[in-house]
Amino acid sequence: MNVLSVVGLCKQYGATRAVDGVSFDVSAGEIVGLLGPNGAGKTTTINMLLGVLEPTSGSIRIGGVDLAADRGAAISRTNFAAVYAPPPGNLTVRQNLRVFGMIYGAADLRREIDELLVGFDLVAKADVRCGVLSSGELTRVCLAKAMLNQPRLLLLDEPTASLDPATARDIREKIREFAKRTAAGVLWTSHNMYEVQDVCDRVMFMSRGKILMQGNPKTLPAEHGKNSLEELFIAVAHMSPEQKDV
Amino acid sequence: MFEKRMSPRRVAAIVLRQYYLMRGSPARVPALFIWVAIDIVLWGFITRWLNSVATAGFNFVPALLGAVLLWDFFVRVMHGVTMAFFEDVWTRNFLNLFASPLTIAEYLAGLVFTSAATSMVGLAFMLALAMGVFGLHFFAYGVAVLPFMLVLFLFGIAMGIAGSAIVLRLGPAAEWFIWPIPAIVSPFAGVFYPLSTLPAWMRWLARLLPPSYVFEGLRAIVKGGTIRPAALAWGAVLAVVYVLAACWVFTRIYRHAVRSGLIARYSAESLS
Repeated sequence: MNVLSVVGLCKQYGATRAVDGVSFDVSAGEIVGLLGPNGAGKTTTINMLLGVLEPTSGSIRIGGVDLAADRGAAISRTNFAAVYAPPPGNLTVRQNLRVFGMIYGAADLRREIDELLVGFDLVAKADVRCGVLSSGELTRVCLAKAMLNQPRLLLLDEPTASLDPATARDIREKIREFAKRTAAGVLWTSHNMYEVQDVCDRVMFMSRGKILMQGNPKTLPAEHGKNSLEELFIAVAHMSPEQKDV
Repeated sequence: MFEKRMSPRRVAAIVLRQYYLMRGSPARVPALFIWVAIDIVLWGFITRWLNSVATAGFNFVPALLGAVLLWDFFVRVMHGVTMAFFEDVWTRNFLNLFASPLTIAEYLAGLVFTSAATSMVGLAFMLALAMGVFGLHFFAYGVAVLPFMLVLFLFGIAMGIAGSAIVLRLGPAAEWFIWPIPAIVSPFAGVFYPLSTLPAWMRWLARLLPPSYVFEGLRAIVKGGTIRPAALAWGAVLAVVYVLAACWVFTRIYRHAVRSGLIARYSAESLS
């Protein structure tokens, strides 16, 4: 069953098509990597999925609910974590989780917060303001916030971008465990090809607003005559606009 | 963001966030009463001096100090909304809030409840100071005080939401537009003088401002007359219209920001 269905999604800014007719699905329990060079349209796509950017055309269904028709129901099944959207630094970890838990309508919030604090190794930081946390700790808070409502669709925009390899591996493991336990679909953007290969069931390559190819990250490079996902990424990033339009 | 159903829990979350900020930061608490206290002290002494030099028989305390107290109440209500909104501007919290199930109505309701709470603190402080130190008999205005305050509260909410909408549209740098709004409105609202003092074009504008009905009513009571209920009711209707218009403007600006992508890149201030 699909937790996310995107059909013909477009976003136009004047003469520029930031996202150009993108269609894809994410199934329950599936982790899908959305890859592409800077400016490819990944974050624009995620912003449209979050309802903070109105598509020029196309449709988005989250858990079977049309985002345009019933935003509240669709978004309550979703959550996200992104390095550029940290929770307010002047509230403590616990306060932020309480406020956002109430906003997302999390059931049994006190227990949920306690479990997330334990799960993300944040117990010792529970009463520390988010503004003084390290980037690794802040990433864990963002992820804890993203899981407060047990979302059916989890959107992660470079969740491990500023983490050391050990912390990044722990985070990957937690997200994988979450997807498996709750059958949530995960859409994950990253520039770390090792990470993508390790964690994603499927990857989609995006460039100039279009999805150029998709498949299993372990077999996709060979299917396109490349030795690794990184090589494939670089080849896609260096394609001329004409090649990309083919 | 535009659903009609309101969740009290989500509204409470917005208020709770502001409560946490107050509780965790002593620097925010004095702002609730320090400026109004300065105003009351300043005008308290001015009215004392005026009473000593003016013709016997006219008491400036209820006319001027009472007006200052009511005007400051309006200002506190307006700033209560805008300050709560600015907290989200300063912490770049829009993406977290607006990518959630929170609706615009719930968000604005949270700001209004926050403002109601913070403005009550300011009001209590002003009343204690004005009544205790300068002998203002606030309740001598009678039951008219309640509609006076209701009109000013509603107009303060309207100005607060409209001010927040301006900052949402123009970006964080537009914050300075908001602080002078009460000072700009004040001469037209006739806070300190009868509207008859004003030239015709200012009187015409004053009739469109709900506070002008409050302060005309206040002066009528001080002079021993009675308020005109129809005029005050018209002021209340106008205030409700301002609130609805402000909410409409905020929602329109929010929708524009979602269409243009400004919400997701708010700190950039513009997309050009």
